[in-house]
Amino acid sequence: MTEEKKVVIKRLESAKVLGKFMADYYYELDNASKTGEKKVAWCTSVGPAEILRAMGFLVYFPETHSAMLGSSRMATDLIPKANAIGYSPDICSYLTADIGAYLEKVSPLAKVFKGIEGPPKPDVLVFNTNQCRDVQDWFAFYAKEYNVPIIGVHSFVGVQDVTEAHVKSVAKQMEEMIPTLEEVSGTKFDIDRLREAVALSRECSDLWKEVLDTAAAVPSPITFFDGTTLMGAAVVGRGTQKANDAYRVLLKELKERIERKEGALENERFRLYWEGMPVWGRLSAHAKLFASLDACVLASTYCNSWIFSALDPKDPFTSMARAYTELFIVRADAPKEKYIRDMIEFFKVDGIIYHDAKTCPNNSNCRYGMPQRLEKETGVPYLTINGDLNDLRLISDEQTKTNVEAFIEQLEERKAK
Amino acid sequence: MNQDKLFVGTDVGASRTKVAVIDTARKLVGYAVRKSGTNFTATADACLKEALEMAGAGKERIAGAISTGYGRKNVSYAQQTRTEIGCHAKGCFLYFPMAITIIDIGGQDNKIIKLDENGQRTSFKMNRKCAAGTGAFLEEMSPRLDIPLEDMDGLARKSKDMVKLGSFCTVFSATEVLENIRNGKKVEDIVKGLFYSVIRRIIEMDSFTENVVMTGGVVEHNRYLVTMMEELIGRKILVPEHPQLTGAIGAALYALEADAVYRDA
Ligand code: SF4
Repeated sequence: MTEEKKVVIKRLESAKVLGKFMADYYYELDNASKTGEKKVAWCTSVGPAEILRAMGFLVYFPETHSAMLGSSRMATDLIPKANAIGYSPDICSYLTADIGAYLEKVSPLAKVFKGIEGPPKPDVLVFNTNQCRDVQDWFAFYAKEYNVPIIGVHSFVGVQDVTEAHVKSVAKQMEEMIPTLEEVSGTKFDIDRLREAVALSRECSDLWKEVLDTAAAVPSPITFFDGTTLMGAAVVGRGTQKANDAYRVLLKELKERIERKEGALENERFRLYWEGMPVWGRLSAHAKLFASLDACVLASTYCNSWIFSALDPKDPFTSMARAYTELFIVRADAPKEKYIRDMIEFFKVDGIIYHDAKTCPNNSNCRYGMPQRLEKETGVPYLTINGDLNDLRLISDEQTKTNVEAFIEQLEERKAK
Repeated sequence: MNQDKLFVGTDVGASRTKVAVIDTARKLVGYAVRKSGTNFTATADACLKEALEMAGAGKERIAGAISTGYGRKNVSYAQQTRTEIGCHAKGCFLYFPMAITIIDIGGQDNKIIKLDENGQRTSFKMNRKCAAGTGAFLEEMSPRLDIPLEDMDGLARKSKDMVKLGSFCTVFSATEVLENIRNGKKVEDIVKGLFYSVIRRIIEMDSFTENVVMTGGVVEHNRYLVTMMEELIGRKILVPEHPQLTGAIGAALYALEADAVYRDA
């Protein structure tokens, strides 16, 4: 009988530092929620977090909670609870899992962090529809439940070139959030504090970019699967000094790996790019599947989405507006394709995996002919796998496995020629 | 070259297990097909025994064995596994050495595989989560219409006024079928409608290149599907002699290629 190859996934030492960062972050939020010492704002993952920090809020991001619901595989049982009250199984399974968890009064935070029962209570909910409309509906549910204000930025979608008009509109909307935030926080807005937060955020973004760029080394010292957990601090901690300190430690370790020519995999034969969201409940299974085939999934659009190089403390509102509109997810297919072409080249990619996530069309870029066009232009082959970020009912492990193995066979044949 | 050597390919599909035995000249000398059942290992063993009997050979002549398919890890005598995508491609290219698009209709899934003129795979696709368009769809419908699976092909050929079924979904299609029965439609017209919907689901999966090959158990037993597909795409379709065996034959070919003695000869 043929044996399955046993694979050991190498851990990065500094993952502990980032783990500690996340723990501190949740305890601080929990404390604020319980004592009322600080106000808590809920924010979408690519929302205007810097403004919230500048006004003294602790910022909580429900999407990371949802990702935890996914990776702890709690989501699949909770999604139906939200379905039952009218949130369709076809919409964002971050939303449905999170609302399901709220209805059932359960949270992965309670399992991981002793003493924390669940997410911190919000004082205000702040969204940006730059990523999707679902976030607005998601937050609207909580605004009602907690009886707190909900404000947000209504962004553009399918943006070809980011123009002054886009930037102005978004910047204006951001400024208009200030009075509500002042009222909730009881703090007067101070532009210098915003500059500080934007500067820290930019630094975080630069460090995170440097971390991800190390994957250009051959062999790559880091995988996409590492990145999905290491990026926590870039999502929830941008605009804080602590996040930046944690990334410096990580960066050092990655650079040491590069110097030693030590790869994230024992044997890197193929270099792959991941387009789309992770399948949170299969993170380690997928990491092992690819590693067993000596295929290093080393870069992704997803992890790179928390890079905001336009942020500029000199011009905080405008630069935030630009940074949060320039993002991949906000753009039309032509700029998206250019982005991926650049990534293919920079990371020396042999193949692309598109994850068609059933409940997130916004992060599934294989639905309008992009894979076919890019393959034609670059000659880099692709594979689409059908799945979902959180809803494991939408996944066929066997089919994924066969598809991935067959794709690697295809790459092998190409290399052999 | 050792003429006595034999190579075995075993394709353990979700529905059927197929074993092919080839000699060093790549000739199919024995084969067997059985229901995969619940004990894949035992089924594969039984198939091997049967195929070797057909070849008039003993186990000692086996110089290599590779397994493929859904249950590929459960074959006790295989030294290696390959995916069914690779094996179907290899099996088809043996019979049609040219640039081809392969449509394989299996019990649980469909595959579309494209090869260039060197037999190198340029792309492949498997159907998505639903059974629509696969053998499972026809299996689901046969009891509803109260007609045995093996009668479907003959019935579909008789149809003069095909019923069109609109839905993607197997369950919705079943409802449509019931509605048509209620409306007094002829069973052969409904069956042809089912065949048509299988073909539609496949056409939706990918574009086809000039030369199209059809394989798989569903094609083996329902050749009328090929005729219908030819009508729909407006050109002749190639079908190997044993369309159900291409995966197993491909696996056997991989085993032959992996054989060092053969390679050095
Ligand atoms: S981008 Fe996708 S996963 Fe994220 S909140 Fe929107 S729909 Fe959900």
